[in-house]
Amino acid sequence: MTFTLNAALHARNFDVSLSLGPAETVAVLGPNGAGKSTLLGIIAGLIRPDSGHAVLGDKTLFNLDAGNSHCLPPHTRGTALLAQEPLLFPHMNVLENVAFGPRAAGANRASALQTARHWLAEVEASEFADRRPGQLSGGQAQRVAVARALATDPELLLLDEPMAALDIHAAPMLRRLLKRVLASRRAIIITHDVLDALMLADRAIVVEGGRITEAGPTRGVLEKPRSKFAAGLAGMNLLPGIITGRGLTSDGGLDITAHPEDGAVPGQDGVAVFSPTAVSVFLSAEHGSPRNSFAVTVTDLEPHGDQIRVHAGGLSADITPAASADLGLTPGMTVYFVIKATAIAVYPA
Amino acid sequence: MTPVSAPRSTAWTARTINRRDTGYTGVPPWVFVLAGAGALFVLLPLAAMVAKVNWGQFVPLITSESSLTALGLSLRTSAASTLLCIALGVPLALVLARASFPGQRLLRAFVLLPLVLPPVVGGIALLYTFGRQGLLGRSLDFAGIQIAFSTTAVVLAQTFVALPFLVVSLEGALRTAGTKYEAVAATLGARPTTVLRRVSIPLVLPGLASGAVLSFARCLGEFGATLTFAGSLQGVTRTLPLEIYLQRETDADAAVALSLVLVAVAVAVVGLSYRRPRALAAEPAPTA
Repeated sequence: MTFTLNAALHARNFDVSLSLGPAETVAVLGPNGAGKSTLLGIIAGLIRPDSGHAVLGDKTLFNLDAGNSHCLPPHTRGTALLAQEPLLFPHMNVLENVAFGPRAAGANRASALQTARHWLAEVEASEFADRRPGQLSGGQAQRVAVARALATDPELLLLDEPMAALDIHAAPMLRRLLKRVLASRRAIIITHDVLDALMLADRAIVVEGGRITEAGPTRGVLEKPRSKFAAGLAGMNLLPGIITGRGLTSDGGLDITAHPEDGAVPGQDGVAVFSPTAVSVFLSAEHGSPRNSFAVTVTDLEPHGDQIRVHAGGLSADITPAASADLGLTPGMTVYFVIKATAIAVYPA
Repeated sequence: MTPVSAPRSTAWTARTINRRDTGYTGVPPWVFVLAGAGALFVLLPLAAMVAKVNWGQFVPLITSESSLTALGLSLRTSAASTLLCIALGVPLALVLARASFPGQRLLRAFVLLPLVLPPVVGGIALLYTFGRQGLLGRSLDFAGIQIAFSTTAVVLAQTFVALPFLVVSLEGALRTAGTKYEAVAATLGARPTTVLRRVSIPLVLPGLASGAVLSFARCLGEFGATLTFAGSLQGVTRTLPLEIYLQRETDADAAVALSLVLVAVAVAVVGLSYRRPRALAAEPAPTA
C-alpha cells in the first residue's frame, strides 16, 4: 500500500518523482513558484500532467506513459486537499461542511452527521458545529477544514501551507493538531516553516525549478543542506563549488580553506556550509591561516534575534549591535567576512 | 478555547478597509450635477405620466375586463418565460463560464445578440423558425402543434429577448465566485453533479436571483417580438404592453392608467428581489 508518482508538465517545467510509505508524511520545501502546488494539484487531479504515472494503493491515479491516457477525476482519487485558506463552504454551517465528504461518498444524512461530529470533536471544534464559516476566526476555520478533509478518510492527505494564512497565535495549536492526526496517516505537506517540517514530517524534499533538488530525513536535510534553499531554511551559508585538497573552490572563484569530510574526493562537486554566527566582520583584510577572508559588499542589515544580520555578497553574518555600530556598517560598504577553517563543513553535493 | 472575537485572517481585511467609510468620497462636484441630470431624465417622464393619470377613472380603467385579462396574461407568460430562461440559461452560463471549447466566444456573442437586436427582428426570426412555413414549424405542424399566434408563442418571444439577461448576470456571478470551492468539493469526493447542486449553484444564488428578476422584468415589458410572432389576440397573446399600445389609439386615459400599473408591477418586482449584488463568495462579517 504505497504511493508512487512520476509526472512531467512541460508548460510549467515540472518533472518530479516521489514515493511514500503507508503512514509516512513528507514535507515539501522550496521557493515560491518552484512547483510545489503544481505537485499537489497533479496528485489531487486538478492539474493534468503531460506524462507520467501515479499509483495510490491499488488505484492507478493516472497513467499517461507510452500512449496511455488514463486519468482519474479528482472525486474518485481519495486525496483530500487542504489549502492555505480554509475554503469552508459559506452557505453551509460548520457541521454540514464537515459532513459534505461523507455525504458525497454516499453516506446517509444521519451517519454523515455522526462522522462529522466525531471529526469536529477530534479537532476540538465541536462547539462551532452550528456556526456559519463567517463567524469563525482563521484558526478555528482551518481546524474545521482539517476535520472536513479527514472526514473523507483520505488515503493521502495533501496540505498546501495550511498554516500560512494563520496569525501567530493560531498556528501552534493547528500544528499540534496536525501532529496528532498525521501520526498514523500518509500525507504530503507544503511548508515554508522549518518547524513544520521538523515536527510533522518524517522526510523532506526540496523542490526548486520544478525538480527535486534534495531529499532525505528532515533532520538530515536541515543539518547537512546541499541546496541554497535548504541552507537558507536551516539558517546556514552555503557555497557550491568543486572540492579541492585543502577545501573547496566556489563557483564564484573563492578559495575556501576547510577540512573536507571523509569521503570527499578532490575534483568532485561539493558545498561549503557555515553558520552566520561563525562569521566575523572586519573593515580590513585579516590574514593568517587557517582563516578565510572574503571581501564582500554589504547589501542589507536587519535585526535577527538580539543580533544584527549582515547580508553581503550572498552570504550572511550575525554580529552584535555594538559591533555593527563600531564598524559603522551601511549598505554599499566593502567589508571582510572572516571565517575559521574549522567552522566550515565541506561535503559532496 | 480561542476567543470568538479572535482577529480573522488576512482574507477579509482588504475588503473591510475598502468598505469602511473614510469620509472622503473623491467624487468631483460636477459629477453630481451630471448625475442629477441623468436621474431627472429617467424620473421626469415617469412624473409626467403620473400627472396625466385621470384619478377619478383610475380604478374602473384598470379593472376593466380587457385590462385584467392582459395583466393576468402578462404575469403568467412572464413567469413561464422566466422559468424557461432559468432552465436554458443556467446551463448556458455554466458552459460559458466554466468550460473552454472552440467557438466559445462566438457562442457568447450569439447568445447575447437579442440584447442589441430590435425585438421586431427577433419576432420575425422566430416566425421563420416556429411559424407554419418555418424551419421547425412544418414538422411541428405535422405533429399537430401550432405555435405561432398562440400563448406559447408569447412565452417563446419573451424567453428569446430575456435569456441574455439571465446568462450575463449568472456568468458574471460564476466567474466572481471562481472555482476554488468547486475544486475543494471535488477533492472531498463530490461528483460533478453533486458539486453543481451543493456548491456551485448555492454560491451563485444571488446572481441567479437577480438574473431571474431582470429576465422577468424584461418579459413583462416585451412588445415587438410578441406582436410580430404572436399577434394581439385578447386573452391569448395580448399582453399588457400590447393592450396599452392598442388603448392609446382609442382611450388615452386607459393607456396611461395601465402604463402606471406596469410601472408599479415592475418597480415592485425589481425592488423586492433585486438587491445590490454582494460579493458572492464573501463570508458575512463575524457577529462576535
